[in-house]
Order: sequence, then structure tokens, then C-alpha cells
Amino acid sequence: MGRMRTIARRTFLVGSVAIVGGVAFGTYLMQRRLPNPLENDLAKGEATFNPWVLIDSEKVTLITTHGDKGQGVMSAQAALIAEELDIEFGQFETSFGRPSPAYWNHAFADEGVPFKATDDGIVAESMRSFVRGITKIIAMQGTGGSTSMPDSFVKLREAGAVARETLKMAASQKSGVPVAELGTAKGAVQLPDGSELKYTELAEIAAGIDPVRKVTLRDPSEWRLIGKPMQRLDIIGKSTGTLDYGIDVSVEGMVHAAVRVNPRQGGSMTGFEATEAKSMRGVKDVVDITGGIAVIADNSWRAMKAANAVDITWGDAPYPPEQAAHWTALADSFGEDQLDSMWRDDGDVDTALDAAEVVTAEYRSPYVAHAPLEPLNAIVRVTDDQVEVWTGHQVPIMLTQVVAGVTGHEPEQVTFHNQFMGGSFGHRLEFEHLKQAVEIADKMRGTPVKLTYSREEDFAHDFPRHIAMGRCRGKVEDGGITAIDVQIAAPSVITSQMGRVGFSIPGPDAQIAAGAWNNPYKIENYRMCAFRAPELAPVSSWRSVGAPGAGFIFDTFVDELCHAAGADPMAERLRLIDHDPSRKVLEAVAEMSDWGSDLGEGRGRGVAFVESFGVPTAEVIEVSNTDRGIKIDRVFVACDVGTIVDPINFENLVQGGVVYGLGHAINCEITYRDGMAEQTNYHAHEAMRMYQCPEIFVRGLENGSKIRGIGEPPVPPAGPALGNAIFAATGQHIREMPFIKSIDFV
Amino acid sequence: MKFTVNGEAREVDVEDDMPLLWVLRDELGLTGTKFGCGIAQCGACTVHMDGLAVRSCQVAAATADGSEVTTIEGLGTPAALHAVQEAWIEHQVAQCGYCQSGQIMQAASFLDLNPEPTNADIDIVMSGNLCRCGTYPRIRAAVKTAAKKLKEV
Repeated sequence: MGRMRTIARRTFLVGSVAIVGGVAFGTYLMQRRLPNPLENDLAKGEATFNPWVLIDSEKVTLITTHGDKGQGVMSAQAALIAEELDIEFGQFETSFGRPSPAYWNHAFADEGVPFKATDDGIVAESMRSFVRGITKIIAMQGTGGSTSMPDSFVKLREAGAVARETLKMAASQKSGVPVAELGTAKGAVQLPDGSELKYTELAEIAAGIDPVRKVTLRDPSEWRLIGKPMQRLDIIGKSTGTLDYGIDVSVEGMVHAAVRVNPRQGGSMTGFEATEAKSMRGVKDVVDITGGIAVIADNSWRAMKAANAVDITWGDAPYPPEQAAHWTALADSFGEDQLDSMWRDDGDVDTALDAAEVVTAEYRSPYVAHAPLEPLNAIVRVTDDQVEVWTGHQVPIMLTQVVAGVTGHEPEQVTFHNQFMGGSFGHRLEFEHLKQAVEIADKMRGTPVKLTYSREEDFAHDFPRHIAMGRCRGKVEDGGITAIDVQIAAPSVITSQMGRVGFSIPGPDAQIAAGAWNNPYKIENYRMCAFRAPELAPVSSWRSVGAPGAGFIFDTFVDELCHAAGADPMAERLRLIDHDPSRKVLEAVAEMSDWGSDLGEGRGRGVAFVESFGVPTAEVIEVSNTDRGIKIDRVFVACDVGTIVDPINFENLVQGGVVYGLGHAINCEITYRDGMAEQTNYHAHEAMRMYQCPEIFVRGLENGSKIRGIGEPPVPPAGPALGNAIFAATGQHIREMPFIKSIDFV
Repeated sequence: MKFTVNGEAREVDVEDDMPLLWVLRDELGLTGTKFGCGIAQCGACTVHMDGLAVRSCQVAAATADGSEVTTIEGLGTPAALHAVQEAWIEHQVAQCGYCQSGQIMQAASFLDLNPEPTNADIDIVMSGNLCRCGTYPRIRAAVKTAAKKLKEV
């Protein structure tokens, strides 16, 4: 019953998004070619073949529009184009490009349909194809949801191939040699006599040729770059302090700004006194903005110092001021009226669990901050006919709409210069800091304003990962799991996040139970219900979104059932799993960790499996129970992304995802007191430091049928794998993150 | 305030309590040194003052007066890399890279004082520098490689 109900509701969602987007859609709109934005300001002699390749007589520029938050996607995108364009690293420049509908992200669709990512049946695929059409029409340009490689993998190789074939036509015109006799390598067309014509020499002729439309992509056996170790294009800049992030950008004539906005998020400012601040050295002005004040000064530190000297009175929080009430709201949300969706209802759970020997457990996953190391910042210059913005952001087109909404300009009058991001983890999907910078700059038109958040302001205005509570019941018989009934209550992160940009999203929120409903387990009686708690503190997508919470709840409970059944946790998961690539990642970590071997006294080993963003991921963790607390010794990870573009970056991202998942599971939470986040800086929300970091062994598998992104999937299994290992070592069940509330760590 | 930055004598007119970090970034335009937390919790602002690694967000301009400061820009350049930077590039440590200026400055100072560190030494000293992307396994490897390179020099 669950499937039909969710499909019907999700179809409504799809229709509504199109209406909210303000466009009618049809086959024509979904299939038409979108204009190439590079054609708008093409100089004489410059050739562009599609929105990703620009060549003039001096250089080749590859447009890599997925924002780089550290995941290395600028390099990976360039590699995909270069693979077919036959050009080497070092022979081209890159640009993040400008906001344009041509850069719509079709891969967002795959997360928006109510089908398991492991389901590639005809109904699921048709729905994905339909939703992809919608994302094109509403110009969903953006980076997130581990979609950069799924979105780019075919598209950018085709862009490279189109450019290559068109350049060959240009070379044929110039040389008189038929296209069929021409080759390409290292940024040049090669002629049969051994001479070559550089792409830059062919730009002017190529500019007059209608680009080739049909190309055939090379067989993977011919790949020069994909799948081979690459040196990231940004690695030297990032190792020498010579690469500029948004916070490092300087614009002629700019002033520096700092803000203090009501730390009760969304609350008002009821008054302020700034006489002292205004007299401080370097301060040009103190102005009021939505929800707070801004200080404009000649130096960032002077602005921050003066902002702290302003005496401000704040209004109340538009949500329960004390943390305990947030948990109570979740506990009160497990009713029929709050049912958001029943994602699974296999077998007959009610009958199976209508017995005395039922295993039960309740779990909690806290609010957690994104806290990327580069604090939020933006430079904005507003003039009467233009707005220019310099910052690192994940959603360029929406950014221009948000900015225009503040100043009254048209979105087309907003020029956005995207920048390298010093981390994001979802923080740079948000717009509040940007709206503040725009508000300040709009008060002083003509002058560029650079807003830099203090770390304290960044923590106070982080829209954290949503809280979640799980209530689980299960039954074991004959040494195995026969029934599982998982209920998860959480506020809707999508409603909160999209609400801030004016979108009302109806229908169920798949993220409430992501990591719990979609795992490819075949259990005789398996029910998975998501309940929608009321909106509480404003929340946002945090690296892997719903899966670190719901995945922790589900997998930890599976592990508890394994132990209750007297089953080996690895063997029982393998027995229940019903998807070949997923089984193989579990088998891989079993082999890597020598699962079943004796670890010795005081040590324990745990496994977890969570599928998120289409990537089945298994992790085995070994811990020691020492007299100073739990020490994490080793982690073994296997995951399947279908195709690995760069094995070095892949390993780095998987290790980093494990560290991110572990660190936050151990010691991070945001709690509210008097309406404010109690954690104000890294001392109170530390995550992992090097001394706690285990050895992490990574294996990437390529059995999956589609290419997937690796930014998020390593995060969700880390928490449950650690908790399961701690149980193995100590016999203590930990049912709440952060674990440090229950047990000490070395 | 008068001091030497990357071998060059500089003079700036700032308050005594302005942190060295902001003197470098906003007054001198040396943005390779990063602002992360402002309270010595993250290490992104690490520079060398008179040969020792310090958190520049905690060093007042008055304290830095008369000192010799080296920032990431002065440690090495893309054309003339320091051994630690070479190791960082070989191991492709960086993800977002925002903490790496501080990590590299910390590692360079540390290896100067302790040319043959044990794994435990590395973990203790480098734990003052946060990496939100979790590149710790690569930092460990790069520090060891850098130690070898420095011995060969």
C-alpha cells in the first residue's frame, strides 16, 4: 500500500514544483537545447561549441560549473571534458562560469523520486526521466546531493567530443585534409604528415562552423584520464597559500562589514545602542538590517570588534527556546496524523510483532552544525543597474533570484562570480548571510561591501542538521531477524530549507527516513514509517542529510537484533541483503577486516551498512576499550560508485567522510537554551582531531550500473559502525549521538 | 608596528591589540594565512614568529612588533616549494584546503624542532590543527615524507 500512496503524493509534488517554478512544461521544453551562455559575450575569434568549452587564439578554457567545496570537482569536471577533447592537464584554464539554465543538474532528479536507488526497473527509470525534465525547465543549477559526477559524466564527455570533432572540421577546412584522416592529441589536431594544428590556431575558423551534433563516446578501455590517478588542478595553490577562497577576494574600494543578527534564529531585534561602537577606530557606520545590526569599517577585525560593542536587545525565538521541548515535540509526533509516509510495508508486521518476545529500542540523533572552516562571507556591490556578488555558493541561479529579491533588480542584472569554498557540508546552500551582505551594500550603492562572519556568528546562524528520534520493534526467530518495524520522527529539512527561499514543498520528505527505508534488505516482515514533527529550529541539509540520523537508527537496531538472535552481525546482514553490489561491499569489508578473527581482550569489531545517494557503503570498525576510554583503531570501508573517476581523490573523500561521520557521532551536537545555540565555537563542537583518527582502509567497487558521487555516502555508516563496535567491546548499547554523553573516548 | 614579514621590513599603523592575523590579511593583503575561529582552536592562522609556530589570531600587534614573521607565502612558492609543501602536493593532502596553510606551517616548524618524529609525536603536535574535511591520514603520511625530504637536503 505504501508504494502506491507515495507515488501518488510524489507525483503531486513534481507537478507542484513545476507550477512554483512559474513555467508550463511539455515535451518541447524538456527536450529543447538551452542557449549557450558563452555565446553572449563571445569576442571575435573566440569559439564555443557548447556551454563548457571556450577557445580563442590564446587559450582553451573549460567551464566547470559544479562548485568546488573541497570535493575536487573542478578537476574531475575538467578531466571528463579533457578525456574526449584530447587535451592534457596544464594545457587549459578553468572557470566556474556564470549562472545559466544551460547548466541544469539532471541528477537532482534521482534523489527526488520515491524509488530505491538500487531499483532500475522501468517505472523507477521513467519517473526519473520525467523529473529530470522538470529540473531542466526550472533551471535547477546546483551542486549537492553527491550529484556532480552523475550529472556530468556523460554530458561533459559529450561536450569534449563535440568540441574535438568540430575542431577537426576546422582543421580540415584549413588544411584540405579530409576529417577522417585527422587525429587529435595534446590540445592539437594531428595531420597525416606528422604536423599539427593547435586548437588555439583553429579557434577563429571553428567559430564560424555550426558545431557537430552527434558524437560517439569512447569505450572505457580507451580512457587516458578517467580511472587513473590525477593531480588535482587546485593542489599546488592549496599547498602554497596562493589559491583565493571567497574570503580572500579583494575588490577595489571595498569596505569591511560584520553583523550581529538575533541568535534566536529568525527572531527580531527590538533595539540597539551603538554610540560606543561608532566612536571606535576605523568604524564608518552602524546600520540596522533585518534581525540585527551591521558595522561597516576599514578592516574585518575592527568591524567585528565594534559589532561586539553594540548593545542590542533581541526578540524571542520563533521556536521552543529550550532543547528539551524539541525532543518532546518529536516524542509527540508518532501519531497517525503525523504520518509523512509509509515507505515499506512488507509482510505482516502487526501479526509478526503481536507476541511477547519483541525487541524494542529508542534512538536519538541530535542537531549538528556544518561549521566549514572558512566562515561565511560575501562581497557585494550594488549599483542602480547592476549587482555583483563574489562568494562561494552551491546554487548559482537561485542566488541571483535571491539577491534580486532584496534589491529590486532583475535576476539577469545580478553578476555572480563563484569562488573556491573552504568547505561547506551544505552550509553554502543557504542565503541568509548573502541577503545581509546585499542589504548592507544596497544602503551604500556603488561601494563594494565585504561581509565576513565571525566564527561565533557562523555557529549562531548555522542551520543545523535536523534532529531525529527512532522507535524500533523487532523479532528474532531461529537465529535470524524475521520482523522489523522502524518508526522515525523528525522535522522536514526540505520544508525548512526551501521555505527560506519561498518554496512550499508538498508531499512526503524522503530525507526523514533516508538511510532506513531504502536499504536493500529483504526481511520477511519489514515496515518503515516516517513521521513529520512540527518545524522547530530552522534546519538545513548537512553532508548526507537524513541518512546519518535515520541510518544510525536503522543500522544500530539491525545490529541489536542480530545479537538478540545470536547471529553474526556480518553473516546476518549478508543473509538479508537482496542486491548484488550491496552484498559485495559487505563481503569486501569482511575480507579486508578479516571479520571473525580474534581481536583479543577488551577489543571489539562492528559493521554497518547504509545506502545513501545510490551508493551502498559498508564499514567495519575496530575499537579498544582502554582505561582512558574507547580508542578507535582501524576502519575498513567499501563502497560502490559504479565508476571511479580519480582513485586518489576518491580515497581521500572516503577517508574524510569517515572522519566527518565519526567525529560528529562522538562529540558534536547543537542544543538550544533561551532560544540560542549553546555551542559558539569549535571548543564546544570539536569533531575529530588527528589524535583520535584511526587508520582508514578504503576499497572502491565498480559493480553498480550507474556512476554515483562519493561526497556523502561514507558519512552515514560511520556512527552506527562505531556504536556497534563499542557494543562488541563493552556490551554497552549506545542509542544516542553524540556518544560522548554515554561513554568516554581516548 | 614595525616587523619583518617574509624577509621584508614592514610598518603598519594599527592598534596594539589588533591580532597579527588581521594585520597580515587586511592591512598587508597576505591572505594565505586563514581566519577560522579567532580563539586558537583551529590553527588555520598558524605562522612562524621568530622561528616558532604561533596562532596569529592570538598574537597582538604589540607583541609581534620587532619580530620576524614567516607566512605560508614566505615558506615556499609554486616555483620554489618548501619540502613540506612538496610532500603535501605528492600526497595530495588537500580537499577544501582551507586549513592546509596552517597545517603546513605547523608541520614545518615541528619538523625543524623534531626532525625524526614518531607517529605519536605527529599526532600530538598536529592535533591543534583542525581539518573539517578529515584529511588527517594524508597529513600524517605527508609529515613523514617531509621529514625524509628535509633529512636529504
